[in-house]
Amino acid sequence: MRLAPSDSPASGTAVPVGPAPPLVEVHELSKHFAVRGTRQSLYAVDGVSFTMERGECVGLVGESGCGKSTLVRLLTRLLDPTGGRIRFDGRDIGVVPARRFATAPERARIQMVFQDPADSLNPRFTAFDTIAEPMRRLARTADRPPLRRRVEDVAELVGLPRELLGRFPHQLSGGQQQRVGIARAIAVDPALLVLDEPTSALDVSVQAVILHLLADLRRRLGMTYLFVSHDLNLVRLLSDRVLVMYLGRIVESGPVDAVFDRPRHPYTRALVSAVPVLDLPTIEASPRSAERCSAPTAGARRPRMRLGGEPRSPIDPAPTVCRFYGRCPEGFERCEREMPELRPVGPDHLAACHLVGETTP
Amino acid sequence: MTTVPLLDVDDLSVEFRTRDGVVRALERVSFTVGRGETVGIVGESGSGKSVTALAILGILHPAARVTAGRAVFGGLDLLTAGEDRLREYRGRELSMIFQNPRTALNPIRPVGRQIEDVLLRHANLARARVRERAIALLAEVQIADPARAYHAYPFELSGGMCQRVMIALAVACSPALLIADEPTTGLDVTTQAAILELIGDLARRSRMAMILITHDLALVGERCDRIVVMHAGHVVETAPTAELFAAPRHPYTARLIASTPRPGVTLADLRPIPGAVPDLRGVLPPCRYRPRCDRAIAACEEPPLPRLAAGADHTVACRVPL
Amino acid sequence: MSRLLRHARHVVTENPVTLAAFALLLAFVLLAIVGPALVPYDPLASDAAHKLEAPSRAHWFGTDQVGRDILSRVIVATRLDFAISLSAVVLSFALGSLAASCAGFFGGWTERLVSRVVDTIMAFPLFVLAMAIVAALGNTITNVVYATAIINLPFYARMARAETNVRREAGYVEAARLAGNGPARVVAFHIFPNCLPPMMVQLSLNMGWAILNAAGLSFIGLGVRPPIPEWGIMVADGAAFMVSGEWWVALFPGLALMLAVFCFNLLGDALRDIIDPRRRI
Repeated sequence: MRLAPSDSPASGTAVPVGPAPPLVEVHELSKHFAVRGTRQSLYAVDGVSFTMERGECVGLVGESGCGKSTLVRLLTRLLDPTGGRIRFDGRDIGVVPARRFATAPERARIQMVFQDPADSLNPRFTAFDTIAEPMRRLARTADRPPLRRRVEDVAELVGLPRELLGRFPHQLSGGQQQRVGIARAIAVDPALLVLDEPTSALDVSVQAVILHLLADLRRRLGMTYLFVSHDLNLVRLLSDRVLVMYLGRIVESGPVDAVFDRPRHPYTRALVSAVPVLDLPTIEASPRSAERCSAPTAGARRPRMRLGGEPRSPIDPAPTVCRFYGRCPEGFERCEREMPELRPVGPDHLAACHLVGETTP
Repeated sequence: MTTVPLLDVDDLSVEFRTRDGVVRALERVSFTVGRGETVGIVGESGSGKSVTALAILGILHPAARVTAGRAVFGGLDLLTAGEDRLREYRGRELSMIFQNPRTALNPIRPVGRQIEDVLLRHANLARARVRERAIALLAEVQIADPARAYHAYPFELSGGMCQRVMIALAVACSPALLIADEPTTGLDVTTQAAILELIGDLARRSRMAMILITHDLALVGERCDRIVVMHAGHVVETAPTAELFAAPRHPYTARLIASTPRPGVTLADLRPIPGAVPDLRGVLPPCRYRPRCDRAIAACEEPPLPRLAAGADHTVACRVPL
Repeated sequence: MSRLLRHARHVVTENPVTLAAFALLLAFVLLAIVGPALVPYDPLASDAAHKLEAPSRAHWFGTDQVGRDILSRVIVATRLDFAISLSAVVLSFALGSLAASCAGFFGGWTERLVSRVVDTIMAFPLFVLAMAIVAALGNTITNVVYATAIINLPFYARMARAETNVRREAGYVEAARLAGNGPARVVAFHIFPNCLPPMMVQLSLNMGWAILNAAGLSFIGLGVRPPIPEWGIMVADGAAFMVSGEWWVALFPGLALMLAVFCFNLLGDALRDIIDPRRRI
């Protein structure tokens, strides 16, 4: 357990020495669920490929039904993939069935922080038990005094006062519960930490604290993060790169500022334009109070891209039609004929759309 | 020039009797809503924003009691009006949409029928015309294929569509005031934007006033004319939107803005608010923000909580405003 | 453990009804344990000279048709009745809830098998089924215990399966898997213990039914045989005398039965509150 500050430069993430292989390599990963009563399949994740380098924070955004929860469960090996490969630190972990992964050597190295802290803590376990459990199971720390000391050290690392360790989840506040969840996740020193909407159930004032804590821990312990969130503003704060998912596929990926400032895929553009932004200069520039009824629509300040209709069905989708076709405000006949693949549209910036990529970025 | 506000809430106080004692959920809450105006009530959990809405409509939990104050709507004090009177108003002049659309709709009745219920109760329409009007309302809230959606059950519709149905229910009789309690929490971002735009358009077309209750500061910044900031059952500041963000006067408002992600601000600049929302049981100081405040002076311990004017249409409940 | 005891004491004392029920339970348990040593008369000794005597200072509950002291018999019967119902309920609870918990978690064949077994049991009128089981296996007390256990299985099975289904998708179950627990450990240490609080109420109510069940079976001649004192047979014997005016033969054992069931019904909520950590303030 690396509890002392690491020797990496204070300002940045852990810098690997020499060319190291990516920590995570996902290639054409798919997960199909059989639809009950029919022979059809629901393509929750369909041909997803990406890599994650050591020490970086990758954001994963997308709306409900895009497959990010399924992708997360595939990565953390709670679910078995239908197809494709997951490489972790050079080893293919997709071949180990999820049922037996509890005893695999990689189990301790991939951990997760859950969205709803109240739901993700066993109501019968004290905070101490919750944090100690992975240590007992995975780090084989059975003896009392060392275990107690280690739990207390981790609690201190996440800012959880020692006296709260004996409490049950319902006796803790939302922020404290989430700290317990984080402590549990880092207790076994994981290399990859998946953060599944870690602050969405918390108040905005507590959110800032938790985000600071997560950023700090990443620096000190040299972890790699996959930050899943529907809140693009938060993803921007913490991530280096971002992946945008839609209906089981990645539609855009790249450095977070590039993707959010210059989105290339129409869906990303719609997503970015829909996020409410606390943009003080714009608010000051056009005060609404002076023009009560004839005020321009809020969207006029930032042109909002409207999406028509409902998303296409993820059940047995046509393999040659772009998933976004039909809702996309710009679509032409090629979109119906040929599934777009991820193509470079800028430095390290990829988008899967026929309208971009072959033209200048 | 003074115009009579559509809704004038003055000194509203609500308490709950619980097993652990009396919870003073709201204390001396005051704000106004003008005709056609969109007012945002923003605050963290436990601030009392939902309780305020429920109190205005008279649909509080049985354990709650309004201990003081008035809520004057079109000349009638809603808090003292009889239940019969209130029933006339609810759904017709005054309506509400709730946070979780799927659970707010009756799961065993088709949505079209639910809209008809409202029309039959309040609108003076011939029975034969009611169904037509219901389908027209579904079209107005931009539901595709309204004639078919009329027969659908809530579980067959997506979250966004259920919310549109609830909006149709709420605006069926063209109310003067619509209260929206966290209408888009839990919905996708693109759906959220579409829903809020829909409500905004409807409001503008029929000059409907709206109270938008949310914890999302960015949302109220984009959609509201005036903002009411609440903390632990108190209104700490009210101001027009631009003024609130340009020059917040209450320390809590400033802290809230500082802890909200916004463009140009990095993680390091994001400041959390120290302390926690106070426990509303038991004895509380006159200013409930005092334990978390770094500007407090000795006078802050003394009752009553002040309500100072900080400009035209701008009030702040603080002895040492920024 | 001491925190648990403190919490238990808090739960029991905060509500007067709970306190009364708990006191009653304590009284019964004491009677069951030491009662036989304290009784004034030998419960099996018949005394034809003093048969069917009304309650008096010598015999507080009167005597029955062969002159046995009813008070002594009622007290001694406590041990038997409690032993039967406790064993039946524990057996029923252990088998039913564990099987159903696994069924609920793993699904597939396990679930189908357990569901069919439970459905089959529930298809019969339960008391008739108990009668049939005892008649088929032999008229002994052990078989009464088995029969009572079998007919109570479905209640625990259904409840355990429903509770497991609810919790199967919970965050802490996934977290348990991430912490290195295999499926068996997840069910045993995470899901099942959390299903216990709602089942506590069921357990307590069941104790009452089990006592009634055992009494009912002996009423019709199955299970406990005379002269062994048991509340059920005592009520059966006394029923015939109600008409002729000797009301005390059936009343006192009936009262004991009623009080025992009542006590368990009241304790259900208290038991649940003790087990559920969320009730601890």
